[in-house]
Amino acid sequence: MSAVIDAHHDDHHHGPAKGITRWLYTTNHKDIGSMYLWFSFIMFLAGGVMALVIRAELFQPGQSFVEPHFFNQMTTMHGLVMVFGAIMPAFVGLANWMLPMMVGAPDMALPRMNNLSFWILPFASLMLISTLFMEGGGPDFGWTMYAPLSTTYAPDSVTFMIFAIHLLGASSIMGAINIIATILNMRAPGMTLMKMPMFVWTWLITAYLLIAVMPVLAGAVTMMLFDIHFGTSCFDAAGGGDPVLFQHIFWFFGHPEVYIMILPAFGIVSHVIPAFSRKRLFGYDSMVYATSSIAFLSFIVWAHHMFTVGMPLAGQLFFMYATMLIAVPTGVKVFNWISTMWQGSMTFETPMLFALAFVFLFTVGGFSGVMLAIAPADYQYHDTYFVVAHFHYVLVSGALFSIFCAVYYWLPKWTGFMYSEALGKLHFWLSFIGVNLAFFPMHFSGLAGMPRRIPDYALQFANFNAWSTVGAFVFGLSQLLFLYLVIKCIRGGQKATAGVWDGAEGLEWTVPSPAPYHTFSTPPVVK
Amino acid sequence: MAQQEAGGHEAYYVPSESKLPVWLAFGLGVMLYGLGAWMNSAQTGGHGKELLFVVGFVVVAIALYRWFAAVIEENHRGMNSAQVKRSYVWGMGWFIFSEVMFFAAFFGALFYIRFLALPWLGGEGEKGITGQYLWPDFTVDWNAGTNPHPQWATPDATLAAPPLTQWLAYLPFYNTVVLLTSSVTIHVAHTALKEGNRSKLNLWLGITVALGILFLILQMAEYVHAYRDLGLTLNTGIYGSTFFLLTGFHGFHVTLGTFMLIVMLARCLKGHFTKEDHFGFEATAWYWHFVDVVWLGLFLFVYVF
Ligand code: HEM
Ligand SMILES: [Cu+2]
Repeated sequence: MSAVIDAHHDDHHHGPAKGITRWLYTTNHKDIGSMYLWFSFIMFLAGGVMALVIRAELFQPGQSFVEPHFFNQMTTMHGLVMVFGAIMPAFVGLANWMLPMMVGAPDMALPRMNNLSFWILPFASLMLISTLFMEGGGPDFGWTMYAPLSTTYAPDSVTFMIFAIHLLGASSIMGAINIIATILNMRAPGMTLMKMPMFVWTWLITAYLLIAVMPVLAGAVTMMLFDIHFGTSCFDAAGGGDPVLFQHIFWFFGHPEVYIMILPAFGIVSHVIPAFSRKRLFGYDSMVYATSSIAFLSFIVWAHHMFTVGMPLAGQLFFMYATMLIAVPTGVKVFNWISTMWQGSMTFETPMLFALAFVFLFTVGGFSGVMLAIAPADYQYHDTYFVVAHFHYVLVSGALFSIFCAVYYWLPKWTGFMYSEALGKLHFWLSFIGVNLAFFPMHFSGLAGMPRRIPDYALQFANFNAWSTVGAFVFGLSQLLFLYLVIKCIRGGQKATAGVWDGAEGLEWTVPSPAPYHTFSTPPVVK
Repeated sequence: MAQQEAGGHEAYYVPSESKLPVWLAFGLGVMLYGLGAWMNSAQTGGHGKELLFVVGFVVVAIALYRWFAAVIEENHRGMNSAQVKRSYVWGMGWFIFSEVMFFAAFFGALFYIRFLALPWLGGEGEKGITGQYLWPDFTVDWNAGTNPHPQWATPDATLAAPPLTQWLAYLPFYNTVVLLTSSVTIHVAHTALKEGNRSKLNLWLGITVALGILFLILQMAEYVHAYRDLGLTLNTGIYGSTFFLLTGFHGFHVTLGTFMLIVMLARCLKGHFTKEDHFGFEATAWYWHFVDVVWLGLFLFVYVF
């Protein structure tokens, strides 16, 4: 340890260390941000392969490629890997890279814990994915882990899934604590709360959500663990417990969790749309208040996932109206983005294309959400492909598109080179077409009654499913293009200026591209 | 003597490199993988799967020890500016909040079961139809710990609180007194530290440690009583489940808190901490107050009501 301590005098002057230990031992927010982003991309590919297995099986009715039991493992692991391995770490990676630069801080507030948060992920994910190779197979009860499928009837490997979730949760909580400390404690002088960039605001609120609900998830899986191994009966009605209790606890976590995956996206889009409209963000204050109200409301709507379990009528009504209420602040945000573009001098570089697609397609997902929120109608929609369509519109063309948007927007700042605009646009259009082809037909098959998570279906759904599969493969394969584009951009290209985009504002654009290894060892003054 | 930068702003200390995080992550992974393997083999009566868990635990313990040692060392060298210290304060505060939410899940489960699910299983309330169809013979008696299905053992008695007049012979009451007192004693120790009165500090901190240990001993007696005399176990249905999960996780946190207190006592005896700078101590005190408050919730909702 003493070596570390002695080295601090020249902390701010040396660049990255050499070799593999640079990544193992680093405390630098940019290194850690890069590791998060690469990790999430690998998990994205892993989860993507699972999705393609699902879609291949569903290309035609009947059993074609995989056993039903394996199909169940694929739907489960696809969900878990994408949520905990791809989307969440990608946002944390972006936070790592951008937050310190946006608030004018030298690094994250707790740099070593930052590295710990990251390095837990590979171990946890290894543990999670290894369950697929265990005797009895991996978890096969859906990412929502409903008891008693996940307790009484679960394969042995569920124990490892539980511990993997504990680890992932611990990583998220530490990440969130770090982000809060950074934002509240390390802003440059003059940067008051209401001057913070929107990405900072949305991440601050997201971090609170994380700290509030990840422990609840930990509680839920801990109860599972005890039911499985120590004979408790939390989720067993015979012993006085209740399987529905699991759903309540899970969704108390689960609904805020979906906002954890979308609030940072709101932040990103609130940077990109003004930049390419060459106007200030319309209604900054209302954006902040809308984000806060969404976060608050997200705690009191969880049972809209459970309308069909047999809740008392008063409960159904409460959760129905509370859920619909969320559409109001969400509408405020969409309105503000559109007003920002109004009469702007817009250009349509790749980040802007993704941002625009985000606004459109996320809104489509929001609309199907409001449909689902109508309790009596949800009796029909629940557990059909309509729900699958809904959450893929908000998560793929919402959260994931915003991540692409962010990568294109900040990639020149990270690498110092411009990416290939032609390839970027190609990636965008292929993704855009792929997503819609894959998920739009699911609205129809769902409304017609096709249940989710079933490896076979009635003949009447054949056409919709064939299209969905084609779309999924187009989308999946076009991500390899993205990988190629990013590697190409890292290795060279047209030099990026400090400002990169002519309408972009914020502290990150005041430092050179690529951003030096240490930025803002002396805080800038914000006026 | 935190470094001064031009403009009079104190530099924020960013440690350059550290081996600890990746080792700690590795240790945690091995430890939990080992624990899973151990649990699964125990399920089928197997043995000898503890090793991986132990190895992981040792790695975690060493990494944590060296990590805290490093932070203390940095602080003694004056590398932590007021701003860095504020980060630690935020960190500890929000960590405790996350712990509160962990317990909230278990309290939420308790309330849901007691006030909604169980009455329904007993055929009462808006969803009483569940009980009428599935468990027509079941009547709810929370304090007796009865269960819908006869396959589940029922304890001879539960630990619910007797009338107030008999509390002097009621062990959880003493637990409450001990823990509440310890919250006061740690506060006295903290005041002494701020006054610079070291011997008073050591005395009251020592008393707090003793009270923490006493609580744990009483809690063990309580568990033995529950298990042996009353037949209340994890296997006696939902009453036993909520009772042992809530008190068990609380007891685990008290153990952790007592360990932290012991470390603080050792550090006080070594002459660590100053009147103005003693966040390690404060963080431990906060943690201790937190386990105390959780106990109050437990006492009220698990025992009394
Ligand atoms: C206006 C906003 C929204 C409303 C009103 C809404 C409403 C709903 C409802 C009622 C369901 C349950 C459907 C059912 O299972 O029958 C649902 C499911 C879901 N929603 Fe949303 N939602 C909204 C936004 C979002 C956002 C922003 C995300 C994520 C970024 C999201 C992700 C999900 C997911 C993942 C599920 C399905 C979970 C599962 O069962 O596996 N939703 N939504
Ligand atoms: Cu929801």
